Amino acid sequence: MNTIYILWLRQVKRYLRSKSRMIGSLSQPILFLVALGYGLGPTFQRAGEGNYIQFLAPGVIAMSVLFSAIFSGMDIIWDKQFGFLKETLAAPISRFEIMIGRTLGGATTSIFQGILVLLISLLLGFKISSFSLLFTAFIFIFMIAVLFTALGTSIASVLEDMQGFQLIMNFLVMPTFFLSGALFPLDGLPKSIEIISKINPLSYGVDGLRGALTGLYQFTFTTDLITLLIITFILFLIGSYLFSKIQV
Amino acid sequence: MSIIEVINLKKYFKEIKAVDDISFSVNEGEIFAFLGPNGAGKSTTIKMLTTLLKPTNGKIIVNSFDTEKQSNEVRHSFGIVFQDYSLDDELTAYENMEFHGSLYRVPKKIRHKRIEQLLNIVELWDRKDYLVKTFSGGMKRRLEIARGLLHHPKIFFLDEPTIGLDPQTRNHIWDYIQKLNKEEKITILLTTHYMEEAEKVANRVAIIDHGKIVILGTVEELNQKANTNSLENAFLHFTGYNLREESTNGIDRMRMRHNHKIKR
Ligand SMILES: Nc1ncnc2c1ncn2[C@@H]1O[C@H](COP(=O)(O)OP(=O)(O)OP(=O)(O)O)[C@@H](O)[C@H]1O
Ligand SMILES: [Mg+2]
Repeated sequence: MNTIYILWLRQVKRYLRSKSRMIGSLSQPILFLVALGYGLGPTFQRAGEGNYIQFLAPGVIAMSVLFSAIFSGMDIIWDKQFGFLKETLAAPISRFEIMIGRTLGGATTSIFQGILVLLISLLLGFKISSFSLLFTAFIFIFMIAVLFTALGTSIASVLEDMQGFQLIMNFLVMPTFFLSGALFPLDGLPKSIEIISKINPLSYGVDGLRGALTGLYQFTFTTDLITLLIITFILFLIGSYLFSKIQV
Repeated sequence: MSIIEVINLKKYFKEIKAVDDISFSVNEGEIFAFLGPNGAGKSTTIKMLTTLLKPTNGKIIVNSFDTEKQSNEVRHSFGIVFQDYSLDDELTAYENMEFHGSLYRVPKKIRHKRIEQLLNIVELWDRKDYLVKTFSGGMKRRLEIARGLLHHPKIFFLDEPTIGLDPQTRNHIWDYIQKLNKEEKITILLTTHYMEEAEKVANRVAIIDHGKIVILGTVEELNQKANTNSLENAFLHFTGYNLREESTNGIDRMRMRHNHKIKR
């Protein structure tokens, strides 16, 4: 328990200390909210889909959690390159404990990031339908955070250095974001895109979050939650396995 | 009683035979020096002894546990100072110590007392609350040693612990390590390129070259066989006078880059 706590604490401290990184990673969601929210808002309205900021904000929150979670999972590559990973791997603790500590640490900082974006979107005109559902929203933020931290860890465990990073970004992270219903509704899409978005775990995170914050579900609360739980569980196991195979 | 037993150990990286069929054992309570030119296979052997690397072949028993089948138990048996960089730059000196102390479950009371004692020995106590990234190369190294000695396991692996340190600090540190060895019966396996250090502290010495153990014995035995009067000369006798390729694996390069303060 203590070891998990200290691993968690390290991630959180590093996050709180890298102010530039924290602020840097807020600029993107702000840009999305302002440029797309205000820019596409009138078009969205004319199409009879309602207020775009209301639709977009949960998607952008999910995006910032997604990015931050993947990156904090992939932090292992830095630890590998800068040598600190040896210090944790030689310690008398199981690989599984390290995995839990790291994942919770990464998830915590991602949740923090998500909450910051939520606050910003409130400033930009987003309205929460009912504050009692805020807790449900946190559950979905937490699920997205854990799921993608575990995914980041899995990827980082098999990569030697940051060279593959751009590839992961372009072929995994961006499509995951764009085809998740974060930016546009998932109904009435071409079949192939619809299929991709249905197997995209982030779709269920975005939907759950949007449902909780605005009451607008594409799937249902239960579908979202159970799908996320199952995928998170599987990814966590895969991540733990790959992590336990790391040699330094 | 041997506490480390290495049997026909091999590690190949593709065609490079980093460790090529070595066998040796280290007695409980002994100070054992592992010497050899750059790229001889010392660090690779230590990585396998400490479960960080899987052998290509062979068997290792540490504190009666198999490193491959009982790696968790093995990790409970040792402490290590790595040759290459292993600190968290974004944490303070004290936080690095604290992190290590909790991972190794050093009881709180002992932990704080010992952190103060060790940071004083390496003269970093007044810099304890500075971020490590503000330290000089030598200060970082001293912190790594202090951290490695924070818990008192059965075995210490020290991979060139005093690399890049001034003579005063080196003497201090070896005195402290010898004291730990005597008082707490901690077995020590070390590598160094400073022959006089090995001569001073080691009970037995193994010289390894091109992944093979060339000779193993006390310093006197080595001198006798080589017909020399210092370990340095004996070392040259057994390993030849040819210059070795500077060891340039990725991690070593990282250390160099790191010390030149190129940051992400
Ligand atoms: N991860 C790796 N991949 C490929 N080759 C490696 C790797 N690690 C070590 N080697 C090679 O194995 C050989 C032994 O390296 P090792 O680091 O064990 O030497 P060493 O005895 O510790 O040398 P030094 O005194 O320079 O520290 C070298 O030829 C090195 O290039
Ligand atoms: Mg070495």
